Amino acid sequence: MTTPGPSRFQSAHVELRDVSKSFGGARALEGVNLQIGRGSIHALVGENGAGKSTVGKIISGVIPPDRGQLLLGGEPVRFRSPRDAISRGIVLIAQEMSIVPSLSVAENVFLGTEPRQAGFLRRRALSRRYSELAGTAGFELSGELNAGRLRTADQQKLEILRALCRNAELIVMDEPTAALSGPDVAALHEVIRRLTRSGTTVVLVSHLLGEVLQLADEVTILRDGHIVRTTAAAGQTEESLLNAMLGRSVSATFPARQRVGPDAPVVLSVRGLTAPGVSGVSFDLRAGEIVGLAGLVGAGRTELARAVYQAHRTAAGTVSLAGGERLTRRHRAGGPRAALRAGLAMIPESRKEHGLLPRRSVRENVSLASLGQLNRAGIVRRRPERRTVEQMLRRVDVRARSQAMPADALSGGNQQKLLFARMLLCQPRVLIADEPTRGVDVGAKRAIYELLTTLTADGAGILLISSEVEEIIGLAHRVLVMRTGQIAAELSGDEVTEAAILSAAFGATERGAS
Amino acid sequence: MSRPELAGTAGSPEGKAIPRQPPAELLTGLRRGGIIFPFLVLFVVLSVASGSFFTKVNLLDILDQQASTLIIAAAGTLVLIAGGIDLSVGATYALAGVIAADLTLSVPPLLAILAGVAVGLAVGLVNGVIVTVFRINSLIATLAMSFVVGGLASLVTGGNLIIAYSHPSFADLARTTFLSVNTSTWTMVIAVALIAVVLARTTAGRYMYAAGSNAEAARLAGVRVQMIKLVTFVVSGGAAALGGVIDASRVLSAQASNGETTLTFTVLAGIVVGGTSILGGEGAIWRTVVGVLFIALIGNGYDLLGLNPLYEQITLGGILLLAVGTDAWSRLRTG
Repeated sequence: MTTPGPSRFQSAHVELRDVSKSFGGARALEGVNLQIGRGSIHALVGENGAGKSTVGKIISGVIPPDRGQLLLGGEPVRFRSPRDAISRGIVLIAQEMSIVPSLSVAENVFLGTEPRQAGFLRRRALSRRYSELAGTAGFELSGELNAGRLRTADQQKLEILRALCRNAELIVMDEPTAALSGPDVAALHEVIRRLTRSGTTVVLVSHLLGEVLQLADEVTILRDGHIVRTTAAAGQTEESLLNAMLGRSVSATFPARQRVGPDAPVVLSVRGLTAPGVSGVSFDLRAGEIVGLAGLVGAGRTELARAVYQAHRTAAGTVSLAGGERLTRRHRAGGPRAALRAGLAMIPESRKEHGLLPRRSVRENVSLASLGQLNRAGIVRRRPERRTVEQMLRRVDVRARSQAMPADALSGGNQQKLLFARMLLCQPRVLIADEPTRGVDVGAKRAIYELLTTLTADGAGILLISSEVEEIIGLAHRVLVMRTGQIAAELSGDEVTEAAILSAAFGATERGAS
Repeated sequence: MSRPELAGTAGSPEGKAIPRQPPAELLTGLRRGGIIFPFLVLFVVLSVASGSFFTKVNLLDILDQQASTLIIAAAGTLVLIAGGIDLSVGATYALAGVIAADLTLSVPPLLAILAGVAVGLAVGLVNGVIVTVFRINSLIATLAMSFVVGGLASLVTGGNLIIAYSHPSFADLARTTFLSVNTSTWTMVIAVALIAVVLARTTAGRYMYAAGSNAEAARLAGVRVQMIKLVTFVVSGGAAALGGVIDASRVLSAQASNGETTLTFTVLAGIVVGGTSILGGEGAIWRTVVGVLFIALIGNGYDLLGLNPLYEQITLGGILLLAVGTDAWSRLRTG
């Protein structure tokens, strides 16, 4: 399946040989072979989770490969840290930037390598060296500015200057234009081209297929941690790239969907919801129905989930539950508490940050949201609590040694089931599950699918957010595809195909036929 | 900058078997059982070394002296567990003491006592509002409040010692004996037991742990995190005031310089030495009781054995570092 890199470039700057990488049981890369030509712009494309960022991180020493070799100029190397990679001329510019906001642009660029004498900064030398550097890169960016005040595009320039000042020969850029607007994108593209003209190699991780086609010399398409192919960008179109990204090598099995009658009552109704990252979203969810919410990372799916759950303040629009209970208007400041009371529950995207009470016991974690029913005059009724938690743990199949063990000692899959247990105890009529299978093993995934299906059989409606398109296709009755905070497409029945979801998510003008 | 190792020459550390690390488990075990072992050891050592240590008089005396510290520390444990910190307890203690002593000169003692405690509750409420409504870091908020409250105490006294010898009934609060134990000790036992029950058995207690363990997770689970935090500050203010009033009643006098920062830090030291995490989400009242008494025993031991009291502070500082270090280290290891 894998084609070793060609060709047009005399020598490989970096080569990956049979590289594999897993994150806690989830395989991110599998036997990847890749050559990146010196002085080329090499793009990595693929769906969320296809492994493109992982490749970038391995090249730049952020994470080590589990297996396989990394060759730099034909010589095997092993980077222990990004610092190692930098000392060999490889720099990663990540999506989250790492500038010191209180320092000036020039000070940021030379951070750690400032010209100094006896511990004192030589300001004049600093500003002279900055102008030289900015001149070679062709940037018009004053070194005196406060870095914290820069626009994102200029911060990106700063990061590039910093990379150049460290004599970077290869720069990995992870979604460099994701946060930029039109003119800034064009400017950044010009910068990237100029870099390669002076001999720098650029590895471009990008979701934007148009950008990739415009910029890249070569494109590597990844799917499920495998390389589909590496080709010259010249002969490719958005459709040909999309088609290569489609299809799955491994097919998981999904439980049979429950039938939803056309007269099933609406349990959740969202109208014109506007909140940070979400603009004017409307949809209905019926009893017994699973609606999949698809889209790229940053499309606004999690923001929508949080807005519906009242975890964010909403700017406009309404969220109503069955029986016409309106959340946004009546419980303005009620937050998640009001949502839960009205029968709306959410499993948050980030288990660690938004879900688990790490060092508290399994029992406390599960009963947390239902203590309102498990007390008498404010005193927790411990025996009913233990019994209820026990039943629920059995229902979601959490394997814990005891209810008293700390929740963070559980495996990822069990932690996720524990959060399900917490929310199911509240007997929700609507459940929002945000990436419920992220970072859990195959067995736990299957168990979570069963759980979701069982819930719908009991008449709950589920809004399922997932970056795994296959999961959405396998479970959902209907699919909403989000792009830039809005619903770009609604698909149901035969329309629900990977091609349709992806092209709506990427905003491709024509649907790629598979 | 270190050069990356070439793959061909690497691999030297891989051959060595890494032994399992008992220190991590030992540390966790020490932290869980924690303070109880050093406390028992110290207790036995003092009983053997000094004839006057293990006597009813001395032990009751320790409890009586520590009554206010124990009450304040028990309430402070709630604040810490819910993810905050209260540095204003010393000043609140002083303010409540001088207000009660001052009022007792003109109104019935019971009213004076209630007024003192009410002032403490009010200070706690202000602390809580600053921290939860205005979202100011509790360390800074309560530090600032400690100056304000301390200043108010000086205003009340005009810089003088308030003497209430002429109203001995004010002393009944602390000095009445019941079953040969002072009422100050009884008050402490009741207050601490009440706080312990709230923390261990009530929904409010659970929410305190949840708020300190992961505030956002608690909020998403429907817990009113800010309300819970606010309550812990109110309880802490009330407890500090109760302590101040008890001590003023014991000596029938009060001044603005009572307590001050020393009390605040003794309270915090007791809580932390007991094993309650300064990072929130973990801890227990019994820990705090043992922690405070442990520190008291060290002081008592220095007195009884006639050691140079200068070393007492150094010992205390060392123990505090050890307690915080164990906490941080065990978190690192178990991550």
